Amino acid sequence: QGKFTLLRDTRTDGSFLVHHFLSFYLRAGCKVCFVALLQSFSHYNIVAQKLGVSLTAAKERGQLVFLEGLKSCLDLLFGEEEEEQSEQPSPLQFIRAKSPFSSRESNSDLRALFDFVRTSLTPAGSDSWKGLVLLVDDLGVLLSLGTTPVAVLDFIHYCRVVVCSQLKGNIVVLVHSNEDSEDEENELVVNSLCHHSDLILWVEGLATGFCKDVHGQIKIIRRVSLELTGEQDHVQIYQYKIQDKNVTFFARGLSAAVL
Amino acid sequence: VFTEEDKYALYSNLLFKYFLAEGVVCGHDLFVASAKVHPDNILKELPAPLLDDTHRNELGEETTAVKAEDFQDSMKIAWRYQNLPKMEASPTTSTKFGHYYDLSKTMSPELFQSIKWHSFYLPEELSSQPKMKTWNMSSAYARLLQSIQRIIYQEGFDGSDPQKKQKNILRIGIQSLGSMLWGDDICSSDTPEDMHSLTTFLYVLRGLLRKSLSACIITVPAHLIQNKAIMERVTNLSDIVVGLESFIGSERETNPLYKDYHGLVHVHQIPQLNSLICDVSDTKDLAFRLKRKLFTIERLHLPPDLSDTVSRASKQDLAESAKLLSSGCGAMAIGKKHLDF
Repeated sequence: QGKFTLLRDTRTDGSFLVHHFLSFYLRAGCKVCFVALLQSFSHYNIVAQKLGVSLTAAKERGQLVFLEGLKSCLDLLFGEEEEEQSEQPSPLQFIRAKSPFSSRESNSDLRALFDFVRTSLTPAGSDSWKGLVLLVDDLGVLLSLGTTPVAVLDFIHYCRVVVCSQLKGNIVVLVHSNEDSEDEENELVVNSLCHHSDLILWVEGLATGFCKDVHGQIKIIRRVSLELTGEQDHVQIYQYKIQDKNVTFFARGLSAAVL
Repeated sequence: VFTEEDKYALYSNLLFKYFLAEGVVCGHDLFVASAKVHPDNILKELPAPLLDDTHRNELGEETTAVKAEDFQDSMKIAWRYQNLPKMEASPTTSTKFGHYYDLSKTMSPELFQSIKWHSFYLPEELSSQPKMKTWNMSSAYARLLQSIQRIIYQEGFDGSDPQKKQKNILRIGIQSLGSMLWGDDICSSDTPEDMHSLTTFLYVLRGLLRKSLSACIITVPAHLIQNKAIMERVTNLSDIVVGLESFIGSERETNPLYKDYHGLVHVHQIPQLNSLICDVSDTKDLAFRLKRKLFTIERLHLPPDLSDTVSRASKQDLAESAKLLSSGCGAMAIGKKHLDF
């Protein structure tokens, strides 16, 4: 409870972990607020069905609050005039605001997004969910849309305060990173989040290149050092292969193709 | 679909035209946007489709000659794109996917009459409507987005009109996005004024494409963009990223290793839609060449190292290029170190 998990990928795609956590938490009976910035709802739905969970059903019974970033952005930009005056401001309204002075000023406002997260996860009284989860895929998109790294980190911080400390929920966030990346803002966000995470799942491509049987390796870092007991972080490394409905993990060098 | 242009934009224009031509032949609607060349002119230059019989005969002759040289593993990579023409070395065993085109002839105007096409030529658009709401991006991009959205809505590609029985696909082609002609200065300076213009545009475009029945190809002069962070973000936001590196003007043109080819194809990312994994082909080394009538993409076949006096320089170059070539796409593992056995 109250944990912040960071999913980080380098040189490969770690979105299978997002699908896993989504179906895992839904099956466990938690209420999930999913901020899906990169893909459409049907993409996640189809994959979730392969994993045995129906997202539409979860949405209908209120277990899943899905913010589809792409759709919300379109509604915001191309929406009719009447919708602009509705009571609920769009969570992504920072895209539209462009101050005439400098580009640093008013488009760093992720407050609307945070309000959205807060209202969707605050228990309504008649809820009986086993837990609360905020899932974000992926955080780097916010930087592409014009926010500053500080704004993104503030947003995450506010979310942690509300979700982890107050509501005892979990947060899972996906970020991309690269070793020789020139995207300094992204690296800043990623490094900062790494320091604050309780658990880091770091998915990397193999150093030796592409392999059909081993898609990559995953490093599981349990940040025990944050608990101030003097212990170092526990690091475990496994390799994995992704199949259509499943991901198999195995110890390094012991892929099924080799044995 | 996102194509990084090669230095002189020769070959990326070819791919662009192929995409549009395929749309014409399949009866899809087209939307062409450009800041440099008027879309009418672009459409006039689309290659003519080949009729089945004549082409199969020609290819058949070529195949027999080619087979004798042991070139049997030509790669079919067109399935990575949506409906692009497919070139094969052995058309007899293939399933027909897409159409073939003859580059020496242009498409006849009768073929255009059956489809609807829309164009967006930036200099015209800028002069027509002076005022419109600008979002977080340059006005040229904002106008383009509005234009695309209007077409999608009016023609019913987003399913908003349930009475339209016939569902069609809109193929969007945008040429040279990010260049200075679009009013974006990311190509000219290291710290551009508005870094997020292009990425925001792409995000909104992605939303539009996901919501409607359309596919889009964009060519970008990547070599001109100074700030590499933008390219990384752009790659993240695209489904498919292909880089074309032509040998014109580089030292590789005279390199005997590459004498059969006109350039390399780097696939940086392939789509991972609706499933946990993506479908990766066996090979990553792809090169393209432009024959008189065809543009083919094949597996890079390096000639055997026969000469006695192979210099160190060429071996080094080979190792370098092998390292480059073995870098896979973003969705799969990318190797960094060149291991010597």
